[in-house]
Amino acid sequence: MHIVICIKQVPDPEIAPSVFRVDEVAKKVISLAGTAPVINPFDEQAVEAALRIRDAEQDPANVTITAVTMGEATSEKIVRKAMALGVDQGVTLVDAAFADSDAYATARALAAAITKLGDIDLVLTGRQAADSDAGVVALGIAELLRLPAITLAKKIEVADGAVQVERAVSEGEETMAAPLPAVITIAHELGAVRKPSLRETMRAGRKPVRRWGPDDLGMDAESVGRAGSRRVVERLYQPTRDVDCEWVSGDEPAAIAKALVGRLVEQKLL
Amino acid sequence: MIGPPVLVVAEIDGAGPTANSLELLTVARNLATGSGRVVVACLGTRIGEGVGSELAAHGADAVVMVDDPIFTPFQADAWVHELAAIATELKPGTILVPHSLAGVEVAPRLAFRLDTAVATGCVGLDLVDGDARWTRSCYGGNAREVVSIHTTPVIATIAARAFDPLPANQAASVAIDRRPATVDPGNVRARVIAKSAAMTTGVRLENAKVVVSGGHGLGGAAGFEQVRTLAALLGGAAGATRVACDLGWCPRAWQIGQSGKTVVPDLYFALGISGAAQHMAGCGNAGAIVAVNTDPDAEIFKSARFGIVADCNEFLAALIEEIRKVRP
Repeated sequence: MHIVICIKQVPDPEIAPSVFRVDEVAKKVISLAGTAPVINPFDEQAVEAALRIRDAEQDPANVTITAVTMGEATSEKIVRKAMALGVDQGVTLVDAAFADSDAYATARALAAAITKLGDIDLVLTGRQAADSDAGVVALGIAELLRLPAITLAKKIEVADGAVQVERAVSEGEETMAAPLPAVITIAHELGAVRKPSLRETMRAGRKPVRRWGPDDLGMDAESVGRAGSRRVVERLYQPTRDVDCEWVSGDEPAAIAKALVGRLVEQKLL
Repeated sequence: MIGPPVLVVAEIDGAGPTANSLELLTVARNLATGSGRVVVACLGTRIGEGVGSELAAHGADAVVMVDDPIFTPFQADAWVHELAAIATELKPGTILVPHSLAGVEVAPRLAFRLDTAVATGCVGLDLVDGDARWTRSCYGGNAREVVSIHTTPVIATIAARAFDPLPANQAASVAIDRRPATVDPGNVRARVIAKSAAMTTGVRLENAKVVVSGGHGLGGAAGFEQVRTLAALLGGAAGATRVACDLGWCPRAWQIGQSGKTVVPDLYFALGISGAAQHMAGCGNAGAIVAVNTDPDAEIFKSARFGIVADCNEFLAALIEEIRKVRP
């Protein structure tokens, strides 16, 4: 079985909002000195999902896990990190021509890379990227490759050429099934991800990472990156919160509670 | 000159369209001003009699209704096929989709199927010389971007409560075009094989009018029992920050935020929550936020309509008692 996970390098989403800044002219987030980009936390759960599928196999050696990323040259680091968790091999789509790709151009490049990898059974990604928050690329890959897709997986089982997925949906429990190959996006309900083991970390440096540009994918410069994108970012800014906070106070909790309930009733909020 | 129609994808919940679907009609009427019609596509099983007139009352000019068991439970393969067929025939300039569990799966796939592009989770629309500019949240709520799309149809999912429904015009009438489903069941590859109703008693987080939510400041699982109690008293749902879920103080399903659920209640209680952007991404569109925190400089107070500086557990106990007095 060959599992491909698509991972993305993003600015660390854990940085405090007070130091988050955007460059409105360049329409980009300003990277903070001393903070390194990280693997998209949602994609980290896709890595974990792939490793769990392998753990459940009778013969884990039959499962190959490939991490694919598109981004800046530094994004090889997140592939190495995924390898330290147990991923076998990596592909980085690193080329100046890929810069400023939107979800459409990204999905096309990733789909081309997956096609080039050949025989694949599963494509796993996080449910969205923590920077764009769009949730488009995985479904785009499914459409471009004409594969079935199941979103928001919290548990995945593979058997007899099909995948069965328990989904994290709000109304009760839902299980879906699809024939392989299929695209699956992973929900946070999958649960905690593992830590890198010393053994895998030692091995990670020796695992193969291939670097592909547009030529390797059979794509011309016009169909990748900014030129191949379809959505135009007109503006990027930090929203100002324009709520005036009304402080409710009192001598003791009971008095504050009474005052608050009074105000909420007056405002028809209760 | 008559412009291309705006196609609105409506979802049905029980007897009528969802609130989010009606909000889409407001956006559609904005886009259709002076030119095209607003056509609603309504897919479902045994769609209620009143659905067409309710859509008309809120701004629909025409409704395409495809009533077939294949559309419930929701399976994206069936929906995308049918909507692509409708779009290919109507040639809309824009397709609006609710930013719901189903909508976030349908819209991106429809965009690629129709060889166009999509903006998801839109909270604002501006027309600049007739060109639609969509505002959406990104970077976990830390930033907003304004985007435009220049392939047609433009597809957008619209966040719940970002727009108000138009006042109902009961006199409005609508042409309902009922048609059979064209999707071949054999082409539904990803299938629902088991589905059970929610085991939780009470209100779903996503639909709750009141959400009581706790964070690190509650200090432990006992605080979350109080959260549950207050939520039940108010006929609402209980929520939490990611940290509280990670610590095991409450069920993972309570998680609200960028990596959890998005809620849009009228009233949101944030108890012991600092107000990190990742959390606010899931609750920032609430009607009013009541924030309780020991730190008067906590970020959460910037989003709060009512602020209380107090120990959360003590205050929560007092609030429960006060609510019991008001609502015995």
